[in-house]
Amino acid sequence: MSARFEATGGARRDHLLLAGFALVVLTMPLWMRPFGAAYPDLLQRFAIYGIFAIGFNILFGLTGYLSFGHAAFLGVGSYAAVWAFKLVTVNVLPAIAFAIVVSGLFALAIGYMSLRRSGIYFSILTLAFAQMCYNLAYSVLTPITNGETSLQMARTDPRILDTWLFGPSPLIPSTHLFGMEMKGYPGFYFCAVLLIVAFYVAMRISRSPLGTMLRAIKSNQNRLNYTGVNSRPYALAAFVISGVYAGLAGALLACTDPLAGAERMQWTASGEVVLMAILGGVGTLLGPFVGAVIIKYLENIFSAFNEQTLHSVFGFLPDGVENVVVAVAGLFVGEGWHLTLGMMFMLLVIFLPGGVMEGARRLGGLWRTGVAAPRAGVRRLAPSDSPSVGGGE
Amino acid sequence: MIGGFCAVTTQKLLTLSKKVKDESVTFFDSYTEVPYLRIWFGETGERIIDYAVPLSILLAIPLMLLLGVAIERGLIRHFYRRPHADQILVTFGLAIVLQELVKAYFGANPIPTPAPAIVAGSAAVGSWIGLGDAVSYPWWRLVYFLFSVAVIGAVFAFLRYTTFGMVVRAGMRDRETVGLFGIDIERRFTIVFGIAVVVAGLAGAMYTPILSPDYHMGMEFLVLSFVVVVVGGMGSLAGAVAAGFLLGILQSFASMNEVKSLIPGIDQIVIYLVAVAILLVRPRGLMGRAGVMEA
Repeated sequence: MSARFEATGGARRDHLLLAGFALVVLTMPLWMRPFGAAYPDLLQRFAIYGIFAIGFNILFGLTGYLSFGHAAFLGVGSYAAVWAFKLVTVNVLPAIAFAIVVSGLFALAIGYMSLRRSGIYFSILTLAFAQMCYNLAYSVLTPITNGETSLQMARTDPRILDTWLFGPSPLIPSTHLFGMEMKGYPGFYFCAVLLIVAFYVAMRISRSPLGTMLRAIKSNQNRLNYTGVNSRPYALAAFVISGVYAGLAGALLACTDPLAGAERMQWTASGEVVLMAILGGVGTLLGPFVGAVIIKYLENIFSAFNEQTLHSVFGFLPDGVENVVVAVAGLFVGEGWHLTLGMMFMLLVIFLPGGVMEGARRLGGLWRTGVAAPRAGVRRLAPSDSPSVGGGE
Repeated sequence: MIGGFCAVTTQKLLTLSKKVKDESVTFFDSYTEVPYLRIWFGETGERIIDYAVPLSILLAIPLMLLLGVAIERGLIRHFYRRPHADQILVTFGLAIVLQELVKAYFGANPIPTPAPAIVAGSAAVGSWIGLGDAVSYPWWRLVYFLFSVAVIGAVFAFLRYTTFGMVVRAGMRDRETVGLFGIDIERRFTIVFGIAVVVAGLAGAMYTPILSPDYHMGMEFLVLSFVVVVVGGMGSLAGAVAAGFLLGILQSFASMNEVKSLIPGIDQIVIYLVAVAILLVRPRGLMGRAGVMEA
């Protein structure tokens, strides 16, 4: 909260948080196994969309500006990266750098205009820009975006640097980092390292004077303006940083699978990142990543459940009951995973506006009061040491 | 604030419209497969099937009213005091849930729903106003147009010229003061919300012959109507209507081949382009009021 606190205890706690985060991310292939999610493609997605959501959170979580067109930067990043693969080299670093620059410029232009308005009007402006990008990518910009067929690499691409260094290649080369192919686990670890870096940068931003300024914008922009601060450059900085994060995520999507389609820019994709941030906890550091993992997990694992799986899960029930249970549960899995998502989302917004992170915090608080202070029972009507009362609650 | 919110939610609830329309229409379609109606009523039964879409309106009105009131009472009411972002998000979540429920019940494929045979063809609008026979317009769209004019007029008159409407408008400005007068403003907002939902439902039901309904048609309209409302200006009915017409006409205009050859791709983006231009020039849309939905 106060700057003094940050300087003393905060820094050490941040380093612990970062170390813990890095540990959790890097060991994902291990602890995700019991959940059936320990395969590299999905883990890559976790990391990539984690970056996307963390970046979105820099804008929405800190400044309160709800952008509904963030996927545009994701798409732009993807296209930029694939073009870098096609024209220069299939090494991923130049592609990522190029994507970051292009998406940053894009964000600068869109942010410069959109940030003239606030509230709902800002949301609509960003939505409008993103939809324009999407529609143009599908129609007129086909020479650049390859329209509906998606932009992909071809054998006839120039790849100037690669041809110059290694001579022409007979096949379509796959993307690599100095020889390390961006498929499978190497790809995941590459994304994971970038995710950790992104997390660190987000943390530094949120602790910096810039972060304080952004939070001031969120809590009361009018007051900030009246004190003589021009808040727009700060908001624009947040917008551009957040757009760069999205561009980086898009570039990574292209690195792991060199294919860029316009549907990445559609408003549903923008809505998805909003869901991720809200689900995990807006304004928290870890929240967006948690939300991204949950949504991508549901999308990939939950949607793969079918009636067979359900029958085996509920096999212990009597036949009649089993069929009913399976029929009801069947609504929520497989094709209907959106229903689960929608329900979960609504429940969270209604009862736990701070998302999963707030839930965890509350649980932690309960546990702490339960352990440390038996006196805490006085506050509640039912003392914890009388089970009969507690049971009736 | 709530005025703006009502407007947004009205549009959001277009998602619901699809539900009613599907229900009513399949209800009659099932008779088509096993035409009991025909057996029972002969010619009349056949005609009832033919008029499924207009009749579905009769079903839509009470059902949507019920649904709207239930949603307002159960969900929206608790969100009036929460931030705007929460309101938008919870209705967004609701839209996802409803959409999926519709999908689970009606399936994922579009359900074709023809208009009554009597309005199936095109109207020779051109010859009526002396432009020659070449200008024609589908009858159903004409009906739809008149219908929408009637509905808009009714809503406008209701809000403008009745005491009830006056109280509601006052409540939008300052609900506390209205409450202090001893008026149960909460109940009136519930009713207004119900009406909003009914209007959205009617729009959806009448639209079915033009576009076969499927489960995600609501979402597609959601974005567009959101843009329309904001461009028109939050809290202004006239603004929303004006923006709707403006964007619709510009869209059709931009789809003409002559225009397209001049500026390729303009038909894809004209709506958003205009929206951006208007919002940058007029901060609150065409006719928006100050202080509505500005976080």
